[in-house]
Amino acid sequence: MRGVLKGFALTAGFGGALGICISLAIAQAPPSERKSGFEFMSPESQATQQDDFSNPGMLWVAEGEALWNAKAGATGRSCAECHGDAAVSMKGVAARYPVFFAGSGRPIDLQSRINVCRKTNQDTTPFPLESRELLALSAFIGRQSRGMPITTGEDKRLDPFRARGQELYEQRQGQLNFSCANCHDNNWGRRLASSVIPQSHPTGYPLYRLEWQGLGSLQRRLRNCMIGVRAEPYPYGSQEYVELELFLMTRAMGMPLETPAVRP
Amino acid sequence: MAAALVLLALLSSQAMAQDVRPYEIVGDAIPVPLTGAKGDPARGRAIVVDRQRGLCLLCHAGPFPEQRFQGNLAPDLAGVGTRWSEGQLRLKIVDSRRLNPATIMPPYYAMDSLVRVGRNWQDKPVLSAEQVEDVVAFLTTLTETP
Repeated sequence: MRGVLKGFALTAGFGGALGICISLAIAQAPPSERKSGFEFMSPESQATQQDDFSNPGMLWVAEGEALWNAKAGATGRSCAECHGDAAVSMKGVAARYPVFFAGSGRPIDLQSRINVCRKTNQDTTPFPLESRELLALSAFIGRQSRGMPITTGEDKRLDPFRARGQELYEQRQGQLNFSCANCHDNNWGRRLASSVIPQSHPTGYPLYRLEWQGLGSLQRRLRNCMIGVRAEPYPYGSQEYVELELFLMTRAMGMPLETPAVRP
Repeated sequence: MAAALVLLALLSSQAMAQDVRPYEIVGDAIPVPLTGAKGDPARGRAIVVDRQRGLCLLCHAGPFPEQRFQGNLAPDLAGVGTRWSEGQLRLKIVDSRRLNPATIMPPYYAMDSLVRVGRNWQDKPVLSAEQVEDVVAFLTTLTETP
């Protein structure tokens, strides 16, 4: 959190820095009231996530490590040849995504950023979104930031996109006419049938969901909720998902990354 | 006030949604059945506990001992027939937004002012007029408070 405040102080300049820090703190839920979905789980599921030998997400992490070191594309280069040891070069990276991508003038999420690298530096085709390979590489890169505080959203160029994400979060939609906020801000901790509603902090993606029997992205999870309220989900890769992720990650600023998390 | 509500309801339900029959709101109620006839409580109970059709138990609990996993986002349905009249229950189901714009109760028999409705759900209300009447008929029988 100190780093975050420092970043704002630098951009805001001398006189206004303190005021901006205070208003930021008020706009977001106080850290003491923010809870990861982890805290709503049974002790058994929590233990499954915390033990690398029982966490099924670690299978994807291992596969991602193999992909990291594998030569690919016309250039025959592996990720490791440019980036070196991921434990060093990728440390903290997933904790700050989505980031502003100058190439498009828009925010980009980690999965799409991996695909940009594949195209420009490996000269090969992108992995399909939600493919096993792309989830595996994302999980491996995410794993390098496990336990680190989320820092997404410090770049001022992200502000209008984050604001749009918040609008989407608060927009009622679907035949059942629910916004994300209706449940995850106003009714977290209550039960929707058998499920306890969490606060929707995306602290562990990609994550292993027992309901999926597999690893999935935040986009997949957002689609689940949209289908639940009988709304038309956006296609994978849509700008709306990136903006929602940007808003949610900024909202979770300071919370530790858990990738690969386990959820019911 | 009541007259204005009536006019609004007639205008919007006719203009926006051809498949939704016009109905008349009087105060905080729709006194007359949407179908002109009372519904069937047994069919209504089946809809209420059905998690694909009525969806009620996702948010509400109620006197349904055989049903596991009842929600607690909304008031318990036990005794709801003593708390509200038939006409009040009808409006709450048809379109609770008319009573409270901030409600999370879905509008079961309205199609106006909805955003990004899924392809499979477009141009139809959550429940048909007959189903709404069955649910109303059932809820009025829930007169025992816990």
